[in-house]
Amino acid sequence: MANALDPHAAIVVQASAATPAPLTTADGQPLTRALARSQRVARRRAFMLVLPLLAFILVTFALPIGQMLGRSVHNDGYSANMSRMAAWFAANPPGTEREEAAFEALARDISDAAAARTIGIVGTRINYDVPGTRSLFTSSGRQLRELPDPPFRKAMVEINPQWDNDRLWVAMRSASTAVTGNFYLAAVDRTRNEDGAVMRVAENQRVYLMLFWRTFMLSLLITGLTFVLGFPIAHLLATLPTRRSNLLMILVLLPFWTSLLVRTTAWIVLLQQQGVVNDILVWLGVIGNGQRLQMIYNQTGTIVAMTHILLPFMVLPLYSVMRTINPSYVRAARSLGATSWTAFRRVYFPQTLPGFGAGALLVFILAVGYYITPALVGGSSGQLISNMIAVHMTDTLNWSLAAALAALLLAGVLALYWIYDRLVGIDNLKLG
Amino acid sequence: MRKILILSTALGISAGLGGIAAAEDTSVVSWGGAYEMSQVEGYNKPYTEATGNTVRMIAADDPAVPLRAQVEAGNVTSDVFDLAMSDAIRLCDEGALMEIDPATLPAGADGTPAVDDFVEGSLQDCAVGNIVWGTVIAYDTTKFPDNPPQTVADFFDTEAFPGKRGLPKSAKRTLYLALIADGVPAADVYDVLGTPEGVDRAFAKLDTIKDDVVWWEAGAQPMQLLADGEVTMTTGYNGRVFDAMVGEGKPFGVIWDGQYLEINAFVIPKGAPNPEAGLEYIKFATGTQPLANQARYISYGPARKSSAPLVGLYQDDKTEMAPHMPTTPENVATAVTDDPTFWADHDAELTERFNSWLAR
Repeated sequence: MANALDPHAAIVVQASAATPAPLTTADGQPLTRALARSQRVARRRAFMLVLPLLAFILVTFALPIGQMLGRSVHNDGYSANMSRMAAWFAANPPGTEREEAAFEALARDISDAAAARTIGIVGTRINYDVPGTRSLFTSSGRQLRELPDPPFRKAMVEINPQWDNDRLWVAMRSASTAVTGNFYLAAVDRTRNEDGAVMRVAENQRVYLMLFWRTFMLSLLITGLTFVLGFPIAHLLATLPTRRSNLLMILVLLPFWTSLLVRTTAWIVLLQQQGVVNDILVWLGVIGNGQRLQMIYNQTGTIVAMTHILLPFMVLPLYSVMRTINPSYVRAARSLGATSWTAFRRVYFPQTLPGFGAGALLVFILAVGYYITPALVGGSSGQLISNMIAVHMTDTLNWSLAAALAALLLAGVLALYWIYDRLVGIDNLKLG
Repeated sequence: MRKILILSTALGISAGLGGIAAAEDTSVVSWGGAYEMSQVEGYNKPYTEATGNTVRMIAADDPAVPLRAQVEAGNVTSDVFDLAMSDAIRLCDEGALMEIDPATLPAGADGTPAVDDFVEGSLQDCAVGNIVWGTVIAYDTTKFPDNPPQTVADFFDTEAFPGKRGLPKSAKRTLYLALIADGVPAADVYDVLGTPEGVDRAFAKLDTIKDDVVWWEAGAQPMQLLADGEVTMTTGYNGRVFDAMVGEGKPFGVIWDGQYLEINAFVIPKGAPNPEAGLEYIKFATGTQPLANQARYISYGPARKSSAPLVGLYQDDKTEMAPHMPTTPENVATAVTDDPTFWADHDAELTERFNSWLAR
């Protein structure tokens, strides 16, 4: 509890040296209680100082993320707008024959939802689980503005035979409660068949696992490239005389301070088919005018631009670690007969590993979540998983699926962090 | 869940935006570029002169996207949005828009009641049409001096007509093109696209040029790509193509074959900060004269029949607008007319399929 730097602790030490009896303060209170009280005040004051920061983190970080994670398992688009159906599903266990009452509930709910203009929301929710059914709800809604005559089952099937489809009813049952795991299934290219069993989606709709894999591989590649390119620069920075290394440092930091968008669009200017690089190659006669290279709006564009943008995140930790390496170790190795390669490999390089660990972790985690650069220069083959999350956030407005994808991405990064900690140890990480 | 979201966003945003909203009378989200300019000249300037109210324009690649996000988050920041009609109908179905009674719209300049004056399909429950426009193919005439492309099939023929192609990142404005290139008559496009085999057929056709496509998103991009030589042919909104060709004198040609004819409309979202002023703006802007004014600055057809006789020359006072209008009889001969109900119903699933096709 009491630590050595605490002024009150000093009093305790002094007092206990003087008398072994229970200690009291001048007004007769036990010293431990008075001490606790005065420490409580100090602690409370310290807490008040960090309170704004804590509140800020809570409101702008923890709350929204918690909300998004909540959305990934909660969607009341169907359950909130189809109350009779929700009640019917609650009263009848899975496997119950769909009788007249169910279809009456369906017809009345759709009719009400069409009148309340919420039928689109209902259709959208079911469409997530059974693609192609949104139109079933909206078009039936238009025809059900006035309720049909019973029997409702016959009336509904007459409007569209789809209404007696098993898979649709499985999806409606699962959507009749707001809490669902289906968005996580969708995020790994899985869906439920008419029996409710999990299966893979059709070949032409599988996209997320492939994107996760592509994001992971490209991030690894970019991390490797930044290391290969950054290591010599960092070494040069650490070994040059201060004046020249400062100049070089500015060259590293200048792009770091430049807007991300500016750097990305600069790559477009350089790499596009009528761009600077292609123009020079044509001018030099390396390639003909008709064979201009496609270096942007594809994976190459994503890799080149992201490597450049993330390079400082590798150079700076490496540099700060290299600065602290004592040159006499390498000299000692050399004087003991090691070749320059052996001295580098067995003496110098192992000492740079903490910097490499920090840089690699930084670059990899940033790359996994990268969004703007692939969106601008990635074309279609250079898109990463975060671009798909953005599509679901802003375009299709399937926030639940976006949240599920984001949660999986977060889980993946945390898992990698854990593996890193087990293999290398997070204490070995050095940022400076 | 919803409440917390509203509360937390409201906390941050109410303080910041309260002051801004009061300064302008109406804010309108539109498509930016040459089109926005034509709206400022055609609608806003006369509106400010007549009423003293100011209008603030906000540009978006597709205003339906910010509208849906704003409604979903419960924080609508603009009064009027300019949408494609299919989005307007869809959002109306989802209860995101205010209903507008067509009977309250002013009659045409010739006295025709609004209900009869607007072209077919341009008045819906929640939307008032403003323009009729086409998505057309534009090509660089300098790249094909002897044998210019003439049909949609030529667009998909990268051997006879080499070079990259520009296409929008949108299911709606690419799938019809693939089907027409594959030999489907314009009138049958929706029948084919309504079947799973038809959708497969469209994607199979798109597959043939996928590696040669540069994808664009904002309406101003395709003309830039064409001007930079990044693509030799691209689809684009016909008014933007006209602006580049006539306004800026670029060496572009237009293929009207298989143009995609659409209506745009003004809507007011529920929860708009100032819906009355928004409605007043819409009533004024979709009047006979403002719609005709706009056609002086961009080659989009007015949504009112009574505006058509007032359309004459481009702002340079020498270019006849008629041959550049998407509604001119020669230009609509092989046009695909937008079916807003089809897209209101199928947009979600086709967009999803399109996005996964694009990402692989």
